[in-house]
Formats: sequence, structure tokens, C-alpha cells
Amino acid sequence: MKPFALFFFFCSATVAQVSYERIVNADKEPGNWLTYSRDLQGHRFSPLAEINSQNVSRLKVKWAFQFPQQTNEVSPIVIDGIVYVTGPNAAAALDGRTGRSLWTWSRPLPSDYRSIGFGHTNRGPAVLDDKLFVATLDGYLVALDLKNGAEHWSSKVLDYKLGYSMTMAPLAIDGKVVVGVSGGEAGIRGFIDAYDPKTGAQSWRFWTIPAPGEPGNETWSGDAWKTGGGATWVTGSYDPELKLIYWGVGNPGPDWNGDDRPGDNLYTCSLVALDSATGKLRWYFQFSPHDTHDWDATHVPMLFDAQIDGKLRKLVAVANRNAFYYVLDRVTGRFIAGKPYAKQTWAKGLDAKGRPIPIAGSDPAKEGNLVWPNANGATVWFSPSYDPQTDLVYVATREIGARYFKRDTPYKPGVGFFGGGEDELPPDDAWGAIKALRAESGELRWEFKLHSPPWAGVLSTAGGLVFSGSDEGVFYALDARTGKPLWDFQTGGGIIANPISFSIEGHQVIAIAADRVLYAFELAR
Amino acid sequence: MRIFSATVLFVVFCSVLARGASPQQASPPQAVPAKPDPASGKLIFERHCSLCHGIDGGGGRGPSLRRPKLSHVADEQSLKGLIENGYPPEMPPAWFLTEEELKNTAAYVFGLGSVPQEKIAGDPAQGRQLYARNGCSSCHRIEGQGSSFAPDLSDVGARRGAAHLRETLRNPAKTMPEDFLLVEAVTTSGQAIRGIRLNEDTFTIQLKDSQSRFYSFRKSELRDLKKLRGETPMPAYASVLSETELDDLIAFLASQRGKP
Repeated sequence: MKPFALFFFFCSATVAQVSYERIVNADKEPGNWLTYSRDLQGHRFSPLAEINSQNVSRLKVKWAFQFPQQTNEVSPIVIDGIVYVTGPNAAAALDGRTGRSLWTWSRPLPSDYRSIGFGHTNRGPAVLDDKLFVATLDGYLVALDLKNGAEHWSSKVLDYKLGYSMTMAPLAIDGKVVVGVSGGEAGIRGFIDAYDPKTGAQSWRFWTIPAPGEPGNETWSGDAWKTGGGATWVTGSYDPELKLIYWGVGNPGPDWNGDDRPGDNLYTCSLVALDSATGKLRWYFQFSPHDTHDWDATHVPMLFDAQIDGKLRKLVAVANRNAFYYVLDRVTGRFIAGKPYAKQTWAKGLDAKGRPIPIAGSDPAKEGNLVWPNANGATVWFSPSYDPQTDLVYVATREIGARYFKRDTPYKPGVGFFGGGEDELPPDDAWGAIKALRAESGELRWEFKLHSPPWAGVLSTAGGLVFSGSDEGVFYALDARTGKPLWDFQTGGGIIANPISFSIEGHQVIAIAADRVLYAFELAR
Repeated sequence: MRIFSATVLFVVFCSVLARGASPQQASPPQAVPAKPDPASGKLIFERHCSLCHGIDGGGGRGPSLRRPKLSHVADEQSLKGLIENGYPPEMPPAWFLTEEELKNTAAYVFGLGSVPQEKIAGDPAQGRQLYARNGCSSCHRIEGQGSSFAPDLSDVGARRGAAHLRETLRNPAKTMPEDFLLVEAVTTSGQAIRGIRLNEDTFTIQLKDSQSRFYSFRKSELRDLKKLRGETPMPAYASVLSETELDDLIAFLASQRGKP
């Protein structure tokens, strides 16, 4: 029976074609996980409900897969019983029943490649039709055959020798594979690229730092735009009806010294909405003008519709690294609501248009200035979750401050371009929480305190559960309506990844990467 | 202050080297390599290393470097190599630094975690006897001898200066080690356990009491968990030891610099 079943799964994967229509209609196949966030709207919500608040205490390890390297941050793709994972310049297909490898792929990393400001990691693949898309550290977008991992094509996206890199999962939409870049600590000029999924040809490029003559360049001074940063290192979201891509843009360069770049420094620390056909900017919203705290706006934007003043509105929400939660109109980019969701000491609040009102003296200084949140922010790249059943957004929140320092900033290609640094508060002065916010306002509904600031994202499920992980290696489940802890498991490795859920043989599985291991959990039966 | 300490350490280090070198082995003046300059290394560190290791080496995204023994290197020379070549996959190589800049940076980093040897008034031999007579080893351990309840003092002389040691002996609550926390856990049956926190996460905590017994609790099973920040089981010796005795004990502790 078992060999037959495995054979069946394998065969079903070999004939799988993941059309764009399947991705758009992801809710029709809740047992699969077809995009970084499961849906294009960035919800990281699973409609599966077999595991619920009544039985979650019976969760047990189904299998564990060991990666060849440590610190894995992958959010896998799951298609008809096959789990696709990535690592730095590597990918593999795993049997969803056992975790055993079905094929592997890797691309050698050049000996002179170096990550500036982050480790060697990869946060996941994308899928479209018969191909798996992987972004590599050394700057290639690679299309692999879902059946066997063979390369269909690879396209050079960037020059790693200038400090560019890629760690995010691509976003596959209708006729485009969209990628963003890392390198915000290396004085890059950021961009978002789209490629033809069939051929690998570049479709368009959107520069996040406008050149002279382009709108927004007036927010820079002199040649500062050339090294202005604006990395795009976290996967965006997509509205299939509006055909708009929503993507977060990172910090300006240098991070902590803004002396040579007076102005708002567009489009750093912004959310941009791009026309998917052309890559043209439809609108932008800047969260942290002239940032000097390394508060990238690189988060997964959550798209949902809700009543605002009696009218159903198309919304996009972001829990930002700067400690404010924002709700915008996703058609126009207009500010609707915003409020702090974590301790912050840098802004008095937001004005009517959502622009922060800064508190004087909160910029980095030679002697240091103590500010909340710290440079890693109130949340970072790991995903929040939007739960349509509770109308709540769950955010893994970091409550930590730091003394920010400013230093001089010579630019050298391929070298760190920081302009200062920080001195974090001691561990016992910092903590974390899963915070449940009302989606359309950011009002706090409940919080579950964590021993330390987390580095793991959140999954919510139709079973009324919220899953996340801790820096100390605990993977846990909370009641989605109350935040009450219901189950926990010590994985043995720090969790720096996003959880997912899928089905194997009709039964729900929860998966999370914890350092070197990908764990899959199911109910004891 | 740290620049000063690192510089002093280097001067001491060089003077030891100089005393050990015979005249025949001395190189011509022009071949003597320039002394590393930790103050210059500090500027390089702030520019290129602070993103991960913190502006003063106290850690952040990367580990703290303010400790006497670094994880991957034994001396300044190997630290220079590590800075130059990186420690993949997390730490990129500093290929762009010159030989002199690498040396300066290594000198600065190597000095971060240890204090220089000082001239101390007391008699370390007398101090050793005081250490034994006052029962210090019933909580502390040196080179494997004594209890493991309180911090190991085998390298305390490299970690703490004389002034810090004096303050700790006189009033230990004022100079608590960064990772030291006394807690009191009260079980549902009312039993109170006092101990040192060994580890903690959101759901559990592990303790060790003064008899070196280990305890593991799920927090949800405790009636109360008090974190006694600022409290220490160590008695204050301000009124127990004379100033001369304090000098002797400090001299003994300062001589405990760990094995190379």
C-alpha cells in the first residue's frame, strides 16, 4: 500500500502543471501551498481545519528533513504531496509523506561572493506551470523543471561584486516572475525586476531610487541617489483584479548617517504599487522619510477588503519595522489608519496623511541615542498573517531598543556602507510577542508574550490556530481568538522561518524550518 | 576607556616580547613591524563590523566579542586571518583592508574582552588563603576546584579589573554579571526553589540551586516565578575583610587569567 501511495504521489507531481489560474484560486486546493504566502494576497492563512484548538495538543512529528547547512529560513512550496525547499544556491523536492529527497539542485557559489549585512540563506521558491523558480545569492534567477530539478534557464539579475544579492522567494504571477534584491547595507541602487517565466527574458525593471530627471530624484542630494540603497529583499503581494504588485522597499544608504542625503530619499522605506504589465509606478507610500535607523519597509503586504466608514474598501496593511501598523487604500495608496503596535520613541504619531511626526533627538549620534525599536525593528522580514475568520492580523513583534551611533561613511563598491551602528539593550531588557491586531485599524485585541524578540513568522489556520516559533527553538500554537497557548514543541534550533500548512493523504500537516531541520507535524491518530 | 585598556594591554604584550628577545635575534630597526594601533582598529571596526557585532563589540545580529576567549581564534594573528578571510556563511571577508588595518582591527577586537594586567598592592598567596578560609569555593570554582553554583573564576582576572573586583567583593549586588540571574520558582504545592537561571524560553525554565541540583519547570505549572534582578546569594565582604585582606584577595583573583 505505502509503496503504491508514494508512487502515486510522485506520478501526480510529474504531471502537475501549476497554472496561474490555480494560483489565483489557491483557496480551491487548500491542501497545497502554491506561493510564498499561500495566496497572492500575502495572508499566510491556511483554510485547513483538521487541526484545531480541541486536538492540537495531539500534534507529533511526522518527519524531519536535515538541510546540508545551518540557519534555514525557507517557506516551502507544496504541490500535490511534493514539498519544494530551497537553501543558499540550492533547491530540493521532498516526498511529503516521509521527507525523503526526490531530487536536488545546486549552483556553485563563486569564491569571491560575499553577503554584506546578512547570512547565506534563501527564503523559498516560486512555482508557475511546470517550473520552480529560485533566486540565487550570486544574482541569478533560475527556472528548474518541477519533475527533476533540471535547469530550463537562468538569467543574470545583478552583479554581486557591487554588493547586490538575492535571498527572497520570487513572486510568480500571470506571465511574470518578479524578484527583488538584497544589498541595502552595501550602497546599491535597488530595483524590482520581472522576467518571462517561459524564456527568462527580462520584462521590465523598476528602480527604487529615481535617477536625475525622474520624479522623486529631487528628494536626494547630488550623487547620493547612486548609492541610495532601497533594497527589495522580501516577497511582495499581488492583486489579480487591479493587476498591481505591492512591494516593500528597504532603507536608504548609508543606514545610520543621513548627512549626505538630505531629503525624504524616495522610494526608500516605502510601499510601491507597480503595474504588473509594465513595472510603472502607480503609487507609493513612504513610512519612514529620510530613515536613519535601518527601518526597511520590506514586509509582506496583506491585501484584504473591509468596511471603512460604511463603505467596502480595497485595503493593504503593513506592520512596519518602525513600530507602526498602517492601513492604506490599495487602489490609490491613500492613508486610512495607523498606530503603533510596539514600543517606539522616535515619533509623536502620524499626521492626517500618515507621515510620522518625528521626536527631536532620536537620530543616531556620535555618543549614541537610545531609541525604540532597535535597528532590526518591531518586526522584520518574517511574515505576519491575516485571518479572514477573525479579521485579525497576527504580528510577531520585537520589543527592543538600542543606542544608535553615527559614524563616517566612505563608499567603496562591494563593501559595507553603514554609517554607524547600534548597541542593543541587554537580553533581559527585551522581549517579544505575538500581537493580534484588528486588521482595518491596528487596535490591539490580544498579545502573547515571548521570552525574547522573535525571528519567526506567523501562520493562521481555519482551525482557529496561530503557529509561530521562538529564538529559543520552541514551535507553538495559540488560540487565534484569545492568544491562549495550546501546544509547544522544542525543536532544538532557533526558528528563523515562516510556518506553512498543507495536506498529505487527506490529513493536515504543519511545517517549520528550525535551524538545520525542516519539521513536519501531524495529529497522532 | 576601552581604547586605553586595549592600548595598555598591547604595550604590556610588546614589553613581554621585548624582554624575551635576545640582542642577537633583534631585527634592524627598519624591519620592526609597526605596532598595531587599536585606536585605529576601533574606527575600522565601527565602520565595517558594527552592523553585526554592535558599535562597541557587544553583539547584535552577530555574537558579542567582549569576552576573554573568542570562539574561533586563539590569538591576534589568527584573528587577523579570520577578519581577512571571513567566517562563512555569516561573516564576509574584509578583503579590502590593508595588512596594517587588519592588524589594528585584530588588536582592537582582541583587547575588547580582557582587561590588562595591573600592578596590585596585595599578596596573592595571602589572597589564596583568604579565598579558602572564607569558603569562596563553596559557590565558585577555579580550574575545576570548587562548586559550579556561582560564576567560574578561572579567568576572572582577564575579565575584571581590580576596581571591579573590589566593588564586587564589597557590594556584589552592584556589579552583577550580565548573564547571571537568581530566580525563585514556587510550585503549585507551595515549594519555593531558589536558584541560578541556566536557560529559559517562553514555556520553560531550567535552574540550579546552591547544592548544584538541576530543576526543570514548565512555567504553566508554577504558582509563581520571581526574577530576582539585582539580588545575589553572595555575601558582601565590606565589613568582613580588612582593606589589606581585600587587597590580598583581589591580587589572588586578578592572577586568575585562565589557561592560554
